[in-house]
Amino acid sequence: MITGNIITDFSLLILFLPLAAFAINIFFGKRLPRQGDWVSIGAVLITLVLSLAMLLNMFMNWDPDFTHEAKFTWMDLGAFKIELGFWVDNITIVMLVVVSLISSMTHIFSVEYLKGDIRYSRYYAYLGLFTFSMNGIVLANNLISLYIFWELVGVSSYLLIAHWFEKPSAAAAGKKAFLTNRVGDIGFFIGIMIMFTAIGSFNIQEVFTGVSQGLIGGSLLTLAGIGLFMGAVGKSSQFPLHIWLPDAMEGPTPVSALMHAATMVAAGVYLTVRLFPLFSPDALLVIAYVGGFTALFAASIAITQNDIKKVLAYSTVSQLGYMILAVGVGNYIAAFFHLMTHAMFKACLFYGSGSVIHAMHHSLHELDDHDTDPQDMRNMGGFKSKMPITYWTMTIATLAISGVPFFSGFLSKDAILAGSLGFAQHYPQHFLLPVFGFGAAAITAFYMFRLIFMTFHGESKMPKVFKGIHESPRVMTFPLMLLSGLSIFIFYTLPYFNPLSDHGWFTELIRAGDSVVPGNPTAHEIGEGVHHAHYTAMALSLLVAGLGIGLSYLMYIKKKLSAEAWAKKMGFMYKLSFNKYYFDENYGRFLYQPFQKLSEAVAYVDWDLYDKYFINGFGRVTKWLSFLTGRVDYDGLDQSIVDGIGRSAQGFGKQLKQVQTGRLQNYMLFALVGVIIILVIQTI
Amino acid sequence: MDSLTNYLFVSVILFSLGLFGVITRRNGVAVLMGVELILNSANLNFLAFARFGGMNMAGHVFALFVIVLAAAEAAVALAIIINIFNNFHTINVDDVSELKQ
Repeated sequence: MITGNIITDFSLLILFLPLAAFAINIFFGKRLPRQGDWVSIGAVLITLVLSLAMLLNMFMNWDPDFTHEAKFTWMDLGAFKIELGFWVDNITIVMLVVVSLISSMTHIFSVEYLKGDIRYSRYYAYLGLFTFSMNGIVLANNLISLYIFWELVGVSSYLLIAHWFEKPSAAAAGKKAFLTNRVGDIGFFIGIMIMFTAIGSFNIQEVFTGVSQGLIGGSLLTLAGIGLFMGAVGKSSQFPLHIWLPDAMEGPTPVSALMHAATMVAAGVYLTVRLFPLFSPDALLVIAYVGGFTALFAASIAITQNDIKKVLAYSTVSQLGYMILAVGVGNYIAAFFHLMTHAMFKACLFYGSGSVIHAMHHSLHELDDHDTDPQDMRNMGGFKSKMPITYWTMTIATLAISGVPFFSGFLSKDAILAGSLGFAQHYPQHFLLPVFGFGAAAITAFYMFRLIFMTFHGESKMPKVFKGIHESPRVMTFPLMLLSGLSIFIFYTLPYFNPLSDHGWFTELIRAGDSVVPGNPTAHEIGEGVHHAHYTAMALSLLVAGLGIGLSYLMYIKKKLSAEAWAKKMGFMYKLSFNKYYFDENYGRFLYQPFQKLSEAVAYVDWDLYDKYFINGFGRVTKWLSFLTGRVDYDGLDQSIVDGIGRSAQGFGKQLKQVQTGRLQNYMLFALVGVIIILVIQTI
Repeated sequence: MDSLTNYLFVSVILFSLGLFGVITRRNGVAVLMGVELILNSANLNFLAFARFGGMNMAGHVFALFVIVLAAAEAAVALAIIINIFNNFHTINVDDVSELKQ
């Protein structure tokens, strides 16, 4: 049994150990033995142990209502007071375990993957910085420190995506990720400020109290909710800000697994889960539609991509859309559940792809071939026999993401789909939401099996390269095995063993709270709706998953259906999807270029008109005026008045000096004259 | 004949002569003598007012006092004149204009 103070201490350690590792590695990393990777790995493993201890404590207490808050006053300016601190409840603890687990796996995996990299120690330092800021988001009890850590996560994402900044595409991807995130963060900040203006506190619990007391309501609350959600749109890469995540795959693959699959992009979902009670019904609808649309839309791009990491990237966008959809329909516990299961299997898939790319890279390196793309699935095929561990672990993760029973994804996806179906049953006008969900589920199953089939099955397309492929070393396969193990349903349903029901410790310990906005359905009502739709949703989701897998099997294993023929038949759609709906191009044409032109026009006005004529003209006028006043000052004032007074005083002095003859008798005479004058005046 | 006005006339004449001597004489000793004349005109005034103003002996006391004072003054002034002569080798007061800038 751990008491409150110890939880605070643990939280502090979990937060600051990775920061210490960052500080040590950034300054001394290169001089330490093994370039300091053991410092970071040690620090993050300690945080893993500490968060597991907190998880164990949560199990021992078995208290769904457990909360713990520790705070201190950071700044007190009378009316403006900011308190920072921790808010620890069961959601926080589970999220801490997820973050530290995936982070530890990434640290271990990277030992081999980045062996010999020129910025090896800096890479570990940045991983530490990321883990620190991510834990900060998870633990924050107020919007201000949440925002600070939010930005820190953005910075570490930027630094890690652009890790190989010698490659122009990597540098550009880092910049793109940072700037796209910034668009969302502006909304986030506006949301925070609306909340603070209306309620006068940054503390999340106090904000909830304020909302329930009606200090803010109506369209302003909706606006604040959408503002806060915009932060999640940027960070969780939702439509229309989804464009950065696929490019972020330029970073090292372990980074993609940690940040761009499991944790950082999940921060947006975590934020909406945390702030769920304050979203108004309208804001929730926006959230649901954005999420649902993103899920289907990103899935439809993933089908046609050939780069193994791009497929996974769009898959991540799609899965995040799922979670956002679940928050939107009120079933936010399902969103958090999917966040956790998705973190495990998606990280596993990314490590798997990393393992494949690593093998391809080595094989190509030995052949001295630098033109073949090691990430292109069209160059792979038949790797099953050469990389059995990678194959089996990735298959398990794929089964999980496709929603096959006995795996974790089935439970969480089912909960989300049931939530959206229940919502649509309650509000039939929103029938599109479950359509998005089930459609995306079918497509997900299809493209994930396409990835597996293209990479591991069939004939090798490049026999020369195939010869050099071999299984990755133990440091890389260990995280794969661990995470694929965690994709099995049993870890989420304990102490029960029913593979078809998500009933278990998670649903027992993490309960949905009621929304504090009047008019929103209560957690109980939402739960009823979900329960109602549960069996229909399960049957439907099994059906669509089977459909997707079957279609993929027919196309890529049996070759009964030709992918090329289908692509030709739906030429327009195929082209749209293959080119990612031309989003980058259209953003370039309709946002970036007009903006650049506007900037050029503004620059012209500024430089050539304003500066040249106004600023410089002002300068010239000032110079001329100064000359004039100078003349007046020197020639007029100085010469006549200032010097004139001096000169006249001198002249008087000279004249009066004559009187001082030094002869006593003269003085006496003057005195006599004076007396006579006085006498005369007196007589008159 | 025996009236205050006559005494005062004499006194004014004495004063004017003394003043004239003080202002116009170049010889330092002559200047001193002019000062003596002025003092004596004052003495005469004291005595005349004492006699016609019914002031008993007050005027006489003052006159005696002034005579003593004049003697002391003459002693000091002559000493100064001797010193001036030692320094400037003249007792012409016009040449002793060291006060002038």
